[in-house]
Amino acid sequence: MIALLDYGSGNLRSVHKALLKVGANVRIVQHPDGMRDARAVVLPGVGAFDDCINALRKQELLEASREFIKSGRPFLGICVGYQALFEKSEEFNSCAAGLAILPGKVVRFSERSGLKIPQIGWNQLEIVRPDCPLYRGVANGSYVYFVHSFFPKPADEAIVATRTEYGETFASSVWRDNVFATQFHPEKSQKVGLQLLSNFVALAS
Amino acid sequence: MMAKRVIPCLDVHDGKVTRGVQFGRAEAGELRNVGDPVELALRYNEQGADEMVFFDITASAHGRATMVNVIERAADQCFMPLTVGGGIKSVEDMYTMLRAGADKISINSSALARPELIREGAQKFGSQCIVVSIDAKKTGPDQWVVFSHGGRKPTGLDAIEWARRAVSLGAGEIVLNSIDADGTKAGFDLVITRRISESVGVPVVASGGAGTLGHMADVLLEGKADAVLAASIFHFGEYTVGEVKRFLADRNIPVRL
Repeated sequence: MIALLDYGSGNLRSVHKALLKVGANVRIVQHPDGMRDARAVVLPGVGAFDDCINALRKQELLEASREFIKSGRPFLGICVGYQALFEKSEEFNSCAAGLAILPGKVVRFSERSGLKIPQIGWNQLEIVRPDCPLYRGVANGSYVYFVHSFFPKPADEAIVATRTEYGETFASSVWRDNVFATQFHPEKSQKVGLQLLSNFVALAS
Repeated sequence: MMAKRVIPCLDVHDGKVTRGVQFGRAEAGELRNVGDPVELALRYNEQGADEMVFFDITASAHGRATMVNVIERAADQCFMPLTVGGGIKSVEDMYTMLRAGADKISINSSALARPELIREGAQKFGSQCIVVSIDAKKTGPDQWVVFSHGGRKPTGLDAIEWARRAVSLGAGEIVLNSIDADGTKAGFDLVITRRISESVGVPVVASGGAGTLGHMADVLLEGKADAVLAASIFHFGEYTVGEVKRFLADRNIPVRL
């Protein structure tokens, strides 16, 4: 069973349906109790960093996520769920502390002529860690769907699993041990996204 | 590299996809029934559409309930971004559609009536969620005026000014629909598309007038649009989404194949 954390994130339903589509047994979880016997956890996210962190804390899911990750079981963060793994965000007025599972902070795309922010649309993955189990069967250069103005800057370059170019090169996903996280939305990335989720589900079975 | 997007648009009237011949005619009953929205969405999903827009052209209470159901069913089966527009008047309306599975909310007349709605939506759900759709009509040399209510009511607002203001209030994307070109299949209005694209720092989706594959390439290259939205050209089977994308790729326009 995969626990899908429900803290009011807008993309919950899409992530749920996509996980079901690839054959996962999913439990929607609002409280840490629901995570205890889970084989894996998915933390979805859309919107603001602080809203995400505050909602997780309120439902006691912040500390529970930290504990879950420590247990070594697979964990997948999506979009703001990816950003939440880092220490802090430069998002407007942000004062919340992230999970700090991964060192580094969340920054905004730098303003430069011609670059449209947020990045909305399909962009390519340069897979720099082909050994990452999430990318089994995913071709280098595949397009995935992004909607964001911010992205994490991992302090440790070695955890970068894919890079993407948008005015500058950023870490579009990371992988460290049992922790996987993507800035893009696999649940909205059609076949490539479903392949990636299927790979994650396979880790949990 | 960021791909240019190809977006089929489904006008939904009482749970069915319809297509008016020209702007505003839908309300007058001049509709062609094109089919079931979810079936069409699945077809375009298979063809490699980058995104889909569902537009509620009834926007009545009954139509709204039907629309929620359409979005739920589409989102359960199409793992791609979905935008919903038509009759969204409040943050609560937005939330209903997002919970149903929509990723973006498109507002038009309601934003003109109360521009603060853009800010409220952006603050609650993020700019990436809020699309402002603009119906513009050329009223003189180098002048385009915004119309509301499905292109029926002139507002007196300059289209470029309104686009800038919408973005400053928090719109994360602009859909520009040329009233003159819509339904004519004579090509997009390249000039206003380019003017707006160069005036705002968010993606611009060109809509209205796609008749040939060349029109799509023109508005992405000359019009500097980030995406093309079209209805009839896909609904009536003239071209598949895949054909459009291959054509664009042959012209060195980056697309997701």
